[in-house]
Amino acid sequence: MTISLPASTLSSRRAPLADPREQLARLEASTAGRASFQETLRAAGWPDLTPASLEIFQINLGKLCNMTCRHCHVDAGPDRSDAMMTREMVDACLRALDQTPAHTVDITGGAPELHPEFRYLADAAHARGKHVIDRCNLSVLLLPRNAGLAEWLADREVEVVASLPHYRQRSTDAQRGDGAFEKSIAALRLLNTVGYGHGNPRRILSLMTNPAGAFLAAPQSSAESEWKTALHRDFGITFDRLLALNNMPISRFLEWLIESDNLDSYMSRLIDGFNPVAVSGVMCRNTLSVSWDGRLFDCDFNQMLDLDAETAVGTMTIESFDFEQWQKRSVVTRTHCFGCTAGAGSSCGGSTT
Amino acid sequence: MSDHYYAPEHLKAFGSISEGAPELGKKFFEYYSAVFAPGALTEREKALIALAVAHTVQCPYCIDAYTTESLQKGADLEQMTEAVHVACAIRGGASLVHGMQMKEHAEKVGM
Ligand code: SF4
Ligand code: SF4
Repeated sequence: MTISLPASTLSSRRAPLADPREQLARLEASTAGRASFQETLRAAGWPDLTPASLEIFQINLGKLCNMTCRHCHVDAGPDRSDAMMTREMVDACLRALDQTPAHTVDITGGAPELHPEFRYLADAAHARGKHVIDRCNLSVLLLPRNAGLAEWLADREVEVVASLPHYRQRSTDAQRGDGAFEKSIAALRLLNTVGYGHGNPRRILSLMTNPAGAFLAAPQSSAESEWKTALHRDFGITFDRLLALNNMPISRFLEWLIESDNLDSYMSRLIDGFNPVAVSGVMCRNTLSVSWDGRLFDCDFNQMLDLDAETAVGTMTIESFDFEQWQKRSVVTRTHCFGCTAGAGSSCGGSTT
Repeated sequence: MSDHYYAPEHLKAFGSISEGAPELGKKFFEYYSAVFAPGALTEREKALIALAVAHTVQCPYCIDAYTTESLQKGADLEQMTEAVHVACAIRGGASLVHGMQMKEHAEKVGM
């Protein structure tokens, strides 16, 4: 449904939905009378959602972004310099990282490349032998202040996970704003030029797609071959893998669902699409998520909803991080979690089945 | 009972059509899901064909269902609109090609 919402952050508009408690209340109200996520998990043989081994250390540097996409689950935007991780906090993350066996450091935001400590963090993680992921919105690579960044990332073998809603213009611009598609194509060409996306495991270019609307993500593997053919045919672009992610019914996407009168049907679609096989691969099981202010969460979505991780010793921060206690926790789940288990499942690593 | 034709809730309740003939219902729905499984054609291609056919049989249930399904299989509005035009062209062409029958008959009986 075409509706025009202001391309600005909830926080700058002081919208009631800027408050995570309001978001959770809307989700509860929309799914009243249906089995909760916890009950659904229990019925599927998961009395408790417990961690698997910790593989991914995900650091959210903050909410500053050069874009203001309508589906953003972070409520990021150019006005969000209020939420930025300090150097001290980055160092605390690195100390905590050293306590864990995580093989991957996943750097996200906002647009993490706008953060003054981005290169410091990526360098430090690379020096520790970690696989580093940059969650990139593509257009950020074209900003004059980021000239040379693509080569810099390639030199450090950073995997670029770039969001692109669709390989055609219309759906991409509908979600990310007019002109976003063209910039994305220019940035993908730049990445190809510096060696990304040609099958070299040291220069991995992954594309991440999420639906431009109130429906589930496309099946990842068949979509991947179609995307590869189309991007190569139309623009001469190559990439390594496609990750398909469902939109989470939180933050600005939740606002769009409410305004377009799609919330109830979208929640039913997620709940009806519950796939028990997708549970074991949800990202909270192998990920630790740190917020810009050093709080710890089971995933980036819980982070945006202020649902702090709960351990036997209470709420931990990155400064008081204790790996052993972390691994003993149970994941905090709410209604939005149905977004991770619908259809083929959905995580920062794409589908979970 | 709904007081108008084509009630949207009918689509959700479609499975209950099996109540009157369970064996046939079971066979139909098994066949139906087998048809839409990926095969020589992808799920996306099948969804787009279904969308075009839905417009030909003018079934509002199928139009809603296969609009969502085409989107969920990764198609976009332009691809879906082209699919509907394919249906439209075949329908129009099928009418027009019957004109050959008209033309021949007119030529036969006319002077
Ligand atoms: S979705 Fe990504 S690129 Fe878009 S506003 Fe949010 S953080 Fe920025
Ligand atoms: S939203 Fe987070 S906590 Fe919930 S299932 Fe998904 S990854 Fe796990």
